[in-house]
Amino acid sequence: MASLKVYGKTYSTNVTRVLTTLAEKNVDDYQMVPIDLLTGANKTPEYLKLQPFGQIPAFQDGDFTLYESRAIARYISDKYEGQGTALSGNTEREKALVNQWLEVESQNYNPCAGKIVFECVFAQILAGRPTDEAVVKEQLEKLEKILDVYEARLTHHKYLAGDFFSLADLAHIPVTNNLINVAKKGELFSSRKHLNAWWEDISSRPSWQKVLQIIQAGQQQK
Amino acid sequence: MTIKVYGTKESTCSQRVYLALHEKEICDYHIVHVDLLKGEHKRPEFLKIQPFAKIPVYQDEEVTIFESRAIVRYIAEKFKDKGTTTLYGRNLKEKGLVEQWVEVESQNYNPPVDVIVHEEYFNPKYWGATKPNEQVVQENVSKLEKVLDVYEAHLSKNKYLAGDFYSIADLVHIPYTYFLIKYTTKGHVITSRKHVKAWFDDISARKSWQKIAKEYINES
Repeated sequence: MASLKVYGKTYSTNVTRVLTTLAEKNVDDYQMVPIDLLTGANKTPEYLKLQPFGQIPAFQDGDFTLYESRAIARYISDKYEGQGTALSGNTEREKALVNQWLEVESQNYNPCAGKIVFECVFAQILAGRPTDEAVVKEQLEKLEKILDVYEARLTHHKYLAGDFFSLADLAHIPVTNNLINVAKKGELFSSRKHLNAWWEDISSRPSWQKVLQIIQAGQQQK
Repeated sequence: MTIKVYGTKESTCSQRVYLALHEKEICDYHIVHVDLLKGEHKRPEFLKIQPFAKIPVYQDEEVTIFESRAIVRYIAEKFKDKGTTTLYGRNLKEKGLVEQWVEVESQNYNPPVDVIVHEEYFNPKYWGATKPNEQVVQENVSKLEKVLDVYEAHLSKNKYLAGDFYSIADLVHIPYTYFLIKYTTKGHVITSRKHVKAWFDDISARKSWQKIAKEYINES
């Protein structure tokens, strides 16, 4: 019986952020426990004991429980330091840059990209209303400026924190996949040469390919 | 070691950085004032060190980094044996919990607090706003109250957010919460919750914050 558990569903980019981290660290021995937001499984007393904000994912390592996908990803990276891809940087300076770009993803990139994906893809299913085009326009304008900064950064560095793939790059993958492939906003990337090259590189990693298969398998299990 | 912090004394995000430095007993850093009203954060020289045009930026001989929570993590690691040594926890699991609550602050707590403090204090004071958007304030108060109910339950069983030790998870909350209580009409969300209030009274009474409250924040 796996002592590692991930609670959630693979339609959640926060959940797949954790699964991608596990894959990068060559950690296969974990169990997915379905918690479907659509059925309110995240609001049961049992689940709220694990994640009192009622969000997914939650994570367990034996009887140690953790939530917040970026905190879980950092924990996995620390715990499995000796195996798989080194994701957190090796020197103090590298670690600082990984954390800096993880914060950029969390504070700047994800809120914008997430809102665009929500409006274009999920507004009808989850909020029972059509896409709010004004919100999409406003967020796209913000995101274009953010991506201009990324383009400049990636012109001089192969990855965000430097010349090594890290959690900072990984954290972007699930939402960017939705942005490009589901919300059909690929032009944001294809129009920026170095950003596009970075995306092609990180999204073709075996870890993400594996998670895509897990997502597809999950969709077939309805 | 020469440490510079590009920011302002009254900026809540800059204050997270000063707090972390004070917890490490480092007080001889230089604040390089970035005049936001004059648009200094948008000038090419500043954009070279912070391309998103925001404050703070931290600089020492080895690194230049931005994003206050990244800077705070760097300070906690770099000076781990100085001053308060529990800032990042004492082992892998404690560090995990610290990271969890820093993320909770960043994803759940700070967004509504940020809106309320800007609507009721910063926008009128600095940016010429005439009055707060009451609907926006109320929406964010409702969101914040739900989050604080979770904090109240948690802090009724734990002295600090990550457990029985003060960490950067508590630290990152202090500046905005101080402004929420002192300079907005919504401080009651904190002060009406017994354990949240006790926690905030405790962490804001620390010398590290008192120095900022007394010397940096414009009391006029």
